[in-house]
Amino acid sequence: MERIVTSVTTTLRAIVKRPEAPEESEDRTNVSELDRTRRTVRIAMGILAVVVVLGLLVVSFGPLLWLFKAALSTSQDILKYPFEWWPSGIQWQNLPDAWSQIRIGQYLLNTVWMAAGCWFFGLLVALTGGYGIAILRPKYAKAVNVAVLATLFIPGVVSLISLYVTVLDVPLIGVNLVNTFWAVWLPTAANAFNVLLVARFFDRLPRDVFEAAKIDGAGVFRVFWSIVLPMSRPVVGVVSLLTIVGSWKEFLWPLLVLPSPDLQPLSVGLYRISDTAPTSLLMAGMFISVIIPIGLFLLFQRQFLRSAGQAGAIKG
Amino acid sequence: MTATAPPFVVDAAVDDSGTAASRPAPPRRRRRSPLAATAAWLRNGGVPTFLMFVPLLLTFGYFAWWPILKSLILAFQHTDLMTEPTWVGLRNFERVLADPLLWTAAGNTVWFAALALLIGFPLPILMAMVMAELRRSRQISSVLVYLPVIIPPVVSVLLWKQFYDPSESGLFNTVLGWFGLGPVGWLQDPVLAMPSIVIQATWATAGTATIIYLAALMSIQAELYDAAEVDGASVLQRTWHVTLPQLRSVILLMLLLQIIGTMQVFTDPFVMTGGGPENRTVTLLMLIYNYAFLSGDFGKATALSLLLAVVLSVVSAVYLRLTRKWSES
Repeated sequence: MERIVTSVTTTLRAIVKRPEAPEESEDRTNVSELDRTRRTVRIAMGILAVVVVLGLLVVSFGPLLWLFKAALSTSQDILKYPFEWWPSGIQWQNLPDAWSQIRIGQYLLNTVWMAAGCWFFGLLVALTGGYGIAILRPKYAKAVNVAVLATLFIPGVVSLISLYVTVLDVPLIGVNLVNTFWAVWLPTAANAFNVLLVARFFDRLPRDVFEAAKIDGAGVFRVFWSIVLPMSRPVVGVVSLLTIVGSWKEFLWPLLVLPSPDLQPLSVGLYRISDTAPTSLLMAGMFISVIIPIGLFLLFQRQFLRSAGQAGAIKG
Repeated sequence: MTATAPPFVVDAAVDDSGTAASRPAPPRRRRRSPLAATAAWLRNGGVPTFLMFVPLLLTFGYFAWWPILKSLILAFQHTDLMTEPTWVGLRNFERVLADPLLWTAAGNTVWFAALALLIGFPLPILMAMVMAELRRSRQISSVLVYLPVIIPPVVSVLLWKQFYDPSESGLFNTVLGWFGLGPVGWLQDPVLAMPSIVIQATWATAGTATIIYLAALMSIQAELYDAAEVDGASVLQRTWHVTLPQLRSVILLMLLLQIIGTMQVFTDPFVMTGGGPENRTVTLLMLIYNYAFLSGDFGKATALSLLLAVVLSVVSAVYLRLTRKWSES
């Protein structure tokens, strides 16, 4: 086990580290500048660029554009004319109808509330844990670190059922968290990848700063609040994006622990009504539910793409 | 005064205050009374340090570590969460293995994983290699490639379910109609249902892998390409002798992660087909879900979880061992 952990962590580290490499300075890829001076190569590269961008527009953006069209169509138009723009006119009414009639507004609010809690508790655990493991380093830090990393290598399927049983009756406290947002917030906060990410970031911070602060009499909390937190903006950004988008995509777990429709997030709500709701309203609801994640993505595309390389490797 | 001691080193104060420095420093640790050790621990901020670990220890303790142990208990018990659980030994495992649907689900899951590898594994590598060569359009392609990943899986599945509408006016059937083909019952056809799900799943996830490969490609040292070029290697030869070997460790890891991920597939078939037609898209995780939440048999469900986890762990261990040998050679 130990050896597997080390061998995988070295590879993971290689991936995590990569974005910090001086990526902008050297832009030499397979095709060289010399190649690019040749006319045939330049024409080929131009064609390639057009083909790639157009192809991606159709494949990646096309379905979203279609969703936009469908969100403003009548059910009849959606089912009968998939490639025509609003033959029966644009149905703006779909959006408010979906909002109230199939309760998309309620689901959206639940999703925001769920994501906010996941964000807060995820950050709390990752930042305090990362601080303890990478900066405070008491004797037991190593053991904690290994125990946290070990959860990365145990397939998630092992604990699905037992996690549900745990949430039904939390040991020692004896509370039932089902049908409360705590049932989503707390388990998602136990995210080893976030802890790993923060700990690796803290590892690279200059230690003399903390030692100087300690000599000046700053306690553990003071150092955390006044020195570590202000320095950790980049990693806070990455973990925030990951936890918010991650909780927005969550489906199976909220389906299990939030059986009450009053608490369900968009993903579960949309699934539950997908067979009964009118197609036009369902499409409008789906459209509403992708606006926020896509907006966040377009706003923070560079941060997203940079953290994707780091996070995707685990979430797979 | 402890202020001059190196901070955060719990033992420092005690070690310096003793007579250790006057002796020729034996490598053995000095014995301290537990009381003195506790006092030193308190003096060096042991309590606030420990408090910093509390959020992590509580959440991981309750929701990561304990459930793993709990699985090992549940799998050997009969429990429906209503009555008192009873120990049943290996009965849960026997009942799982005797379920004819298990082999259907295992076959389907392996089929899903195999199709996902076939369709979804080489694509991101190829895509990233092409995107790495683009200059001005690299950022826009990256954004487009990653766009589907941002969409919540349920929305993506429901959208594609609409595309797979079996009627003549369904989106994909309309396209087929342009070529005089179809209509096809994509999700209703026992043979086509699984590939249809895999195509949707690939659409929804391939962006992540592409971005990871792209990051790896951009960090390949320029000197390697320069040297190959000076030696007269063509672009294709450079791809074979420089790019792929440099990507090898990332490719090997991604392959393993994809296998582990696809073997635990749930949302896509669950929302798309619910396991039909004729159980052709029931996966192992859906079977676990059914045992626990439809039949209320939590012991049986946990037993199957453990079996799947053991298989995945063995596969990973063997895979890592094999690939490490290749990497070393």
